[in-house]
Amino acid sequence: MSTNAVTEEITYIRAVNEGLRWALREYPKALILGEDVALPNGPFGATRGLHGEFGDRVIDTPITESAFVGAAIGAAMRGYRPIVEIMFMDFTQVAMDQLVNQLPNIHYVSNGGFRVPLTIRTQQGRTPGSCAQHSQSLEAVFAHVPGIRVGLPANPQDAYDMLRSAIASDDPALIIESRALYASRGPVELERPLAPIGRAQLRRPGEDVTIVSWSRMVGEAEAAAQRLEAEGISAAVIDLRWVSPVDHDTIAASLERTGRLVIAHEANRTAGFGAELAAWATEERFWDLDGPVARVGAPDIRMPAAATLQEALLPSAESIAETVRATLNAAPA
Amino acid sequence: MDAPSLPETYRAILTIRRFEERLLSLHQEGLIQGSMHLCNGQEAIPVGACRELRADDALTATYRGHGWAIARGLPLPDLFAELMGRASPLCGGRGGSAYLCGAPYGFLGENSIVGAGVPIAAGAALAARRDGAGAVSLVSIGDGALNQGAVGEALNFAAALALPLVVVVENNIYSEMTPIKEMVAIDPLAQRAAGFGIPSVTVDGNDTAVVQAAVAEAVARARSGGGPTLVEAMTERLVGHYTGDAQQYRPAGEVEAAKTREPLTRLRAAAGQELGAELAVVDEEVEATIESAVQEAMGYPRPDPAGAALGVYVD
Ligand SMILES: Cc1ncc(C[n+]2csc(CCOP(=O)(O)OP(=O)(O)O)c2C)c(N)n1
Repeated sequence: MSTNAVTEEITYIRAVNEGLRWALREYPKALILGEDVALPNGPFGATRGLHGEFGDRVIDTPITESAFVGAAIGAAMRGYRPIVEIMFMDFTQVAMDQLVNQLPNIHYVSNGGFRVPLTIRTQQGRTPGSCAQHSQSLEAVFAHVPGIRVGLPANPQDAYDMLRSAIASDDPALIIESRALYASRGPVELERPLAPIGRAQLRRPGEDVTIVSWSRMVGEAEAAAQRLEAEGISAAVIDLRWVSPVDHDTIAASLERTGRLVIAHEANRTAGFGAELAAWATEERFWDLDGPVARVGAPDIRMPAAATLQEALLPSAESIAETVRATLNAAPA
Repeated sequence: MDAPSLPETYRAILTIRRFEERLLSLHQEGLIQGSMHLCNGQEAIPVGACRELRADDALTATYRGHGWAIARGLPLPDLFAELMGRASPLCGGRGGSAYLCGAPYGFLGENSIVGAGVPIAAGAALAARRDGAGAVSLVSIGDGALNQGAVGEALNFAAALALPLVVVVENNIYSEMTPIKEMVAIDPLAQRAAGFGIPSVTVDGNDTAVVQAAVAEAVARARSGGGPTLVEAMTERLVGHYTGDAQQYRPAGEVEAAKTREPLTRLRAAAGQELGAELAVVDEEVEATIESAVQEAMGYPRPDPAGAALGVYVD
C-alpha cells in the first residue's frame, strides 16, 4: 500500500488523491461530493479508486454547483465533514451565493452555534488551448471574503499537506489547485503531522529582492531567481501558499533583509491579490522598503485559447526577472 | 399524531400573531431597528407543519421565518431579544429578524437570499439519510422562490438522490410585490415538482389540520426512504411584504377579504359560543406570555462590542 511508504515521488494530482484517501480514513463523517467523482474517478483523477474503497461516501452529483455546494453546507451543519470538488475555478461563479452569502456567514452569524467544516477543492489557471471560461485565476475574489480559508498549493507535498489541513479544520476552506501542475512530480512524505493553516514557505533565501508568489508562479519565480543569480542578483522566493490567512511575518522577515518586494501571480493585475500585498507593504513595512513595490500578473485582458496568444500575456520566469531588474534599477527621477 | 384541540391550535397561531404585532410596537418604540418580514395571516402553515417534526429533524426557513421559529419551539424571550439586537442565546444579536437560527432546536435558520435555503436543506436531508435514523429535513420557501435556479437545482438533487426532504411552498400569491400568476405560466405552482419526479400537493394553507395532514404524508414518505415531496400551501399575507410596505399594488378590498378567511377568523368562527369563552381565556394568556417574554428579553444585555470581531473562524 502506498501509504506505508514514508516518502514517495508522486504527481501533484496523486498527492491530492492521497490526501482525500487520508481524509476518508481519518474521518468517518468525511464525504466527497462532486461531478463524476465516484464511478468515473474524477475528471482529473483526484478521486481515483476512492469510490471503490469507500463506497457511497463518494457521491456523484448532478451538474448543479449551487445544489451540491449548498448540500455540502447543510450536511456539514448536521455533523458531516464534506469535501466538494468544483471542476474548474470558473464554475465557482455559478455557486457564488452558496460560497459567499451562505458558507462563510454560518459560524459567525450563528454565534458559534453551527460549524461548517467544509472543504472545497477546485483548480485554476491556464493551460495551452484552455478557453477563456476555463482559465481564470480568481483567488483574490475569495481572499476578499472573511470566513473562508484560501490556499493554493504549488507542489505535490503541499497539495497533500494543505488539503489535509483544510479538511481537518473546522472552518470552511477553499483549496485551489493548479491544473498545469497536476502531472508534475515531487517527493511527498505521507505520514507527517498536520501543518498549520496560513504558513508561507521561504523557498530560497536572498539578499537583494523578495519575490512573493503562489501556485504555478512559484516555479517561475524560482526559475527567475536562478537567472538573476547568474547576473549577480540574489533573489529570495517565498511561496505564500495561503492568501487567507496571509503569513505577513515570513514576508516581513525577508523584506527586512532585501528592502525590495516583487509579487508575481498568474491572475490579472488589477485588484489581484498582489495589490493587497503591495498595500500591506506600504502600510506596515514602508520603512523597510528601499524602492517601489512591483507586481507581475496577467494584463487586464481576457484569456485567449491559442498557446501563442496565452504566452504573450502570461507572466513567466523572464517577465518576473525583468521586473526584478527594473525594480532594482528604479531610482527617483 | 393526535389532532390538537381547537383552543390549542388557536393558541399556537395567536402566539405568532401577537409576537409579530408586538414586534411592530417595539419597532415604533425604537426598540427594534430595521425592516421585518411578517407572516401575519400565514401562521397556520408553520404551526401545522412543525407538528409533524421530531426533535432530530432539520428545519430551514426564509426571512419570513418568525412563525417557523416559534412553531419549532425557539423561546419567545430569546427571539424578542435577538430581534432587539440583544445578546440572545440564539445568535447573540448577529442574526436579527431575517437571518436568525437556533442550533439546539434543529433550526438551521432563516435565509435572506431567496431560495438559498433549499440546497442547504437538501444537505441536511443527505445527512439525515446517512445517519439512518429516519430523520427528515423540512424547508419553507415562498411562491416566488420557486423560480430561483438554486431551488430547481436542489429539487433535482434531492429527487435524484431520493433524499428525505419536504419542501413547503407558502403561496401567498405575491412574488414579493408582484402577483405570482404574472411571473409563472403554470397553475397550480406545485405542478412544477412533477418535472423533477417529485410528488406534490396543493392545499389550503390557512387550515392547520389540512397543512398537518399534507406534511404528515410527505414526512412519512421521506422517513420511509420515498424521497422528497413538495407541499404548496395557499395563503394570503394580511400585511405588507416588509414593514413599511404601503401595499399600493394590492387591489382594493383584497386584504379585507383575506381577513374573512385567515386562520384566526376561521378558528373563532368554528369555536362557536361554547369554545368562544375558552378562546377568550387563551387571548389573555397569550397576551401575558408575550408581555413577560418582552420583559425577559429586555433583561438580556446588549452584545459586547468588543466581541464583534470574534468568531469569524472556529480556529
Ligand atoms: C436572491 C434574492 N433576490 C431578491 C431578493 C429580494 N427579496 C426579498 S424577499 C423577496 C420576495 C420573495 O417572494 P416569495 O418567494 O414569493 O416569498 P414571500 O416574500 O412572498 O414570502 C425578494 C424578491 C432576495 N432577498 N434574494
